[in-house]
Amino acid sequence: MRIGIACPYSWDVPGGVQQHIRDLAETLIGMGHDVSVIAPADDDRPLPDYIVPAGKAMPVPYNGSVARLAFGPLSVSRVRRWLKDGAFDVLHVHEPTVPSLSLLACWVASGPIVATVHTAMRRSRVLLATQPVMRSALEKIDGRIAVSEAARTTLVEHLGGDAVLIPNGVATKRYRHAQPLDGWPGAGGAIGFLGRMDEPRKGLAVLLKAFEILAADRADLRLLIAGPGDADEQRGKLPASLRERAVFLGEVTEEGKIRVLHSVDVFCSPNTGGESFGIVTAEAMAAGVPIVASDIEAFRQVLRDGRAGELFATGDPEDLARAAARLLDDPARRAELSVAALAAVAAYDWDVVAREVVSVYETVVLGRAVVEVAQ
Amino acid sequence: MWTLIVLVVLAVVLWGFYISWRASRLDRLHNRTEAARTALDLAMVRRSSAAYELASSGLLDPATSLLLADAVRRAKDADPAERDLAESDLTRALRAAFGQPGFRAELEGKESAKELVTDLEAAAHQVFIARKFYNDVAARTIYARRRPLARVFRLAGTAPRPEFFEMDDALTEGDGLG
Repeated sequence: MRIGIACPYSWDVPGGVQQHIRDLAETLIGMGHDVSVIAPADDDRPLPDYIVPAGKAMPVPYNGSVARLAFGPLSVSRVRRWLKDGAFDVLHVHEPTVPSLSLLACWVASGPIVATVHTAMRRSRVLLATQPVMRSALEKIDGRIAVSEAARTTLVEHLGGDAVLIPNGVATKRYRHAQPLDGWPGAGGAIGFLGRMDEPRKGLAVLLKAFEILAADRADLRLLIAGPGDADEQRGKLPASLRERAVFLGEVTEEGKIRVLHSVDVFCSPNTGGESFGIVTAEAMAAGVPIVASDIEAFRQVLRDGRAGELFATGDPEDLARAAARLLDDPARRAELSVAALAAVAAYDWDVVAREVVSVYETVVLGRAVVEVAQ
Repeated sequence: MWTLIVLVVLAVVLWGFYISWRASRLDRLHNRTEAARTALDLAMVRRSSAAYELASSGLLDPATSLLLADAVRRAKDADPAERDLAESDLTRALRAAFGQPGFRAELEGKESAKELVTDLEAAAHQVFIARKFYNDVAARTIYARRRPLARVFRLAGTAPRPEFFEMDDALTEGDGLG
């Protein structure tokens, strides 16, 4: 199949939607499809050859923060040319309610269109209703995909109609093997954490409290923490005697992240909410590291109600300490959970997820001509 | 002796007149500040509705339309305490839309587009002027309130101290003019 994918956010900056599109495109190419992705990107930066740059994205205030988006007449003409040259069997737009390339592609194209909605967005309903130009663009979408239940609910509320739920994929093979960091996990055991340190919903504070409890009778237990944020501020939350046993790596690369996952005995996802899928937890599962996670909906789902990882009462450091202690003291249980996690995460592998996406493509192209430029 | 008494009484009376003149001047300044603030609010509302009209005209691409409509809505719904930020964001959204390569060329030859853009630019320029005037009279009011005589005799009464209104209102980068 010839597939055209539109990405609303700048390819030059990392982000969940961009990563999703990259993994999907590469998996589809591996399956033998012909894929072209249009994304805002600098022309003079090296890009994968399936990317068609639509010019530099403009930082602009939208929905309460500043986003780098592509809009305006030049973007429209680049999208138009891309569609004309591509002669795609299907057009797949991501986040079509963001004012950028995906929305423009819907507006310009006619033919089979699939849309994926990633985030739950509030407020846009009124906007969609009052902007006839938006409505006519979004009405052309034939098949909708939501990556989470929350995204599906908003999509149904805003655009009407229904959506197929296809979760985010995990490039499981990329996570399977990696060299642990030097000296890790060590004989005394190690617990790991990945994510923004200063975002309260990521729950690092809960883990630090639990570590205090655990460290009391485990003299060599260590904590390995990676992610953006102020390390000194977080370290200061620990009693002085424990500060040396918590190692803060700061922001790490994709590769560094995988090494962190292989450097600990137990991985902890202490989030107190705000997760719709729990991609980091799924990645830890793909690395085969035993997991303790808070008992929120997203984690219950991905961890098979506790069969593929221990769940603890959300926000409760004592319960987290108990659950982690059970794992730290029982290598057999850890090995069991590791196997269960690897088996459970296979359902989220991109190969599986991409096949589901392709069956959506196949449904919308039935009896239809290729994607063309409408105006 | 009598001349001295007469002079003192005269001085006290004149002093009283002077203070009441200062008080009424301060009162007038407060009124003018308030009027200038109303004018500024009106100018911002006019700018918002002109932006919304352009966004809903169907003459722009849907992404630009959505960006502008979102910024207008945020400016309208903003708390009074965050009004300056929301209005600045609207300015930035307008600047980003107008600054896109080909923005004006695309609207060339469409009569209604020209009118909408001209209205919007005029409204944006009016915000710039109204804010200048408001901050100017607010500064004079604050200075007058700070004078020792005004402080000792509490000439400002219960009138609240005016606040400056700071925002980004330059529609074109740099010059502050629409």
